[in-house]
Amino acid sequence: MGNSGRSAGRTAAGRFIDFKAMGPFMALVALFVLGALINDAFLSSGNLSNIFTRSAFIGIIAVGATFVITAGGIDLSVGSMAAFISGAMIVVMNTLIATLGAGVETVLLGIAVSVVLGVAAGAINGLVTTRGKIEAFIVTLGTMGIYRSLVTYMADGGTLSLDFAIRDTYRPLYYGDILGIPVPVVVFFAVAVGGYVLLNMTPFGRKCFAIGSNEQVARYSAIHVDRIKTLTYVIQGLCVSIATIIYVPRLGSASSSTGVLWELEAIAAVIIGGTMLKGGYGRIWGTVIGAIMLTTIGNILNLTDVISNYLNGAVQGLIIIVAVLLQRGDWRRKKN
Amino acid sequence: MTIKSKFLPGILGAACAVALGFAATAAQAQEKIKIGVSIPAATHGWAGGLNWHAGEAEKRLEAAYPNLDIIIVTANGATEQANDLEDLVSVQNIDALVVLPFESDPLTVPVQQVKQAGKFVTVVDRGLSLPGIEDVYVAGNNPELGRVSGEYIKGRLDGKGKIVILRGIPTVIDEERVEGFLAEIEGTDIEVLDMKHANWNRDDGFEVMQDFLSRFPQIDAVWAQDDDIALGVIEAVNQADRADEMFIVGGAGMKDIIKRVMDGDALVPIDVLYPPSMIATAMDITALKFVSNGAVEGRYILGATVVTQENASNFYFPDSPF
Repeated sequence: MGNSGRSAGRTAAGRFIDFKAMGPFMALVALFVLGALINDAFLSSGNLSNIFTRSAFIGIIAVGATFVITAGGIDLSVGSMAAFISGAMIVVMNTLIATLGAGVETVLLGIAVSVVLGVAAGAINGLVTTRGKIEAFIVTLGTMGIYRSLVTYMADGGTLSLDFAIRDTYRPLYYGDILGIPVPVVVFFAVAVGGYVLLNMTPFGRKCFAIGSNEQVARYSAIHVDRIKTLTYVIQGLCVSIATIIYVPRLGSASSSTGVLWELEAIAAVIIGGTMLKGGYGRIWGTVIGAIMLTTIGNILNLTDVISNYLNGAVQGLIIIVAVLLQRGDWRRKKN
Repeated sequence: MTIKSKFLPGILGAACAVALGFAATAAQAQEKIKIGVSIPAATHGWAGGLNWHAGEAEKRLEAAYPNLDIIIVTANGATEQANDLEDLVSVQNIDALVVLPFESDPLTVPVQQVKQAGKFVTVVDRGLSLPGIEDVYVAGNNPELGRVSGEYIKGRLDGKGKIVILRGIPTVIDEERVEGFLAEIEGTDIEVLDMKHANWNRDDGFEVMQDFLSRFPQIDAVWAQDDDIALGVIEAVNQADRADEMFIVGGAGMKDIIKRVMDGDALVPIDVLYPPSMIATAMDITALKFVSNGAVEGRYILGATVVTQENASNFYFPDSPF
C-alpha cells in the first residue's frame, strides 16, 4: 500500500518536491498567509505564541495517537482520559496541601499521579484490546464513557477547582517560558522529537509500521504483536498525561466538559499530517503540523467577523478536507 | 431451543423484577404522595448545580413533609428524558411531575401525556412548545439577564466605550440574552467590537478572549454572559496583563464568581443570577400543592438579580458544586 509511492517520492526528492510530505506544511503556510491577510494582529508575536501554546494539548495527545493509528489501532478515550486525569490531579493536590503545604512537592506528586494514571489507563485500553480480542473502537468507546462519568462523579456534576494556594507554584508550567519560548511549546517540541526518534529510528517504530500494514504477516515475522500494540496505547496514555500536566495550571479546573471531542481533534491532526487512518504508515512531524493547523483555523475565525459565527464548523470542516485532499490527491502524479 | 434456554432466565428475571416493582409501588402509593423530578444529567457546571439543588430540596422537603416521596431522575438527552417520563408515570405512579425539559420541542408531547394521565405538572426553565399543558411554570429570565447586564455596563461606562461579547452555545437561550443586551445598549456610544461563541465553556472562553485581546488594543468591558466563560476570560486577561483596563460581567451565579464579587475583585464587579436553584423553587411550589391550602397554579418568573459586593453573601453556596 502507499509505501511504493512514498519511496519513489523519496528517491526523487532531489528533482521535485515530495508533495505528500510537504502537503501539510504547505497547507499550514497557506493558512498563515490567509491569517496575515485577514488581520494584522495575526502575525504579532503574542498571537503566534497563543497559537503554538494552544496546539500543545492536542498536539501532544496526537503524537501518542500517531503510534496507535500507525499500528492499526484507534483510541477514542483520550479526551475523557484527559478530563479524568485532570480531575484526579486536582483532587490529589488539593488533599496534599493539608499535609505537604503548597510547595513544589505537592505539584510533583500531582504530576506523578498523572503519569501513573495515564500509563495505567493506556495499559488497560491496550490489554483489553489485545488480550480480550475486542476491536479498539469498542474498547476505547467504553473507556471514553467510563472516564467521562468518573470525572463528573468526582466533581459532583460541577467543576473541580485547584486550590488557589497551589496555583502560584504550578502556574509557570503553563504561563512560564524558557528562553522566551512558552513552556507548553517546549514540552510539545520535546514530545515530538521523542516520538519521531521512537517511531522512525527504532525497531519498535518499524514494528508499529509492520503491524499496521499487515498484522498477520507481522505475527508470522515473529513480532510480538500484542505487546507492541499494547505499548502504543501506553505511549498514548503517557502523552495524555503529559498534556494534562500542562493543561491543569492553565485554568486550574476540570469538569465534565473538559476535553470534549479532543479525541477527534487528535485523530484529525494525525490524519491531516499524512498518517494513514488504516495504519501502516505514520509521520510525527505531519501530526505536529496538523495540530497547529487545527488551532490556527480556530484562531483565524476568531480574528475576523467576515464569516458568520454559525458557519465556523463548516469552515473548519472544509479546510480539513482540502488539506488532506492536497496531500492524497493523485493529480500531481499525472504530470510525471 | 438453545436460544430459548439462553433467554428464558433473563425474561423470567425481568418479569419477577417488574412484578416486585409493581407490588412495591402499589403498597407505597396508598400512603405517600409521589413527586417525580426529571432533569438533565450533570454534564456541565450549571446542570451540576441544578442536580445539587434538586438533591438538597429533596432532603429538605422529605424531612419537612413525611408524606412526600420525591424521585429524581436524570437524563442525558431528550429521548432518554421522554423514557424517564413514561417510567415515572407507569412504574412509579407519580402524583406530580417537575420537569426541566432537555429541549422544548421533543418533550412537549411526552409532558402532555403525563398531564393527560391526570398528573400535576410543573415545567422549569424551558417552556413547552404548546400552551396550557403545565399547571406551574418556573423560569429564570433570559432577556432580563441580558438587559440587566447591558444596563450595568452602560452605567459603568457612562454610555461610551468599546466592549466584546462572548456568546454561549447557539440556542434560543443565547439569542434571548444577546437580544436583551443589545436592545439595552442601543442608542448609546457603546461599540460592540465583536461577538464570538464561547459555548459556555472555560477553555473556549479563554481562547476566544486571548484572540480578542490580540485583536483589539482597547477593550473597556467584556460581557461573558456566563460564569464558566468568565473564568476563562479572567485568566486570559490576567495573562495579557490587561486587568486594569477592563471589567467582566458574567452570569448564572457560580460560587467562584460570587466569591470574587464578595471579595471586591475589581475585574469582576458584579454577577447576574440565573440560578440553578430554580429547580428547588419549582419543587417547593409543587410540594405546596399537596401540603398547603394555598393556590399555587401560575407562572413564576425569577428576577435576574444583580449580585454586588453588598448582597453577594446571600447567594454564596460554598458546598454547591457550581
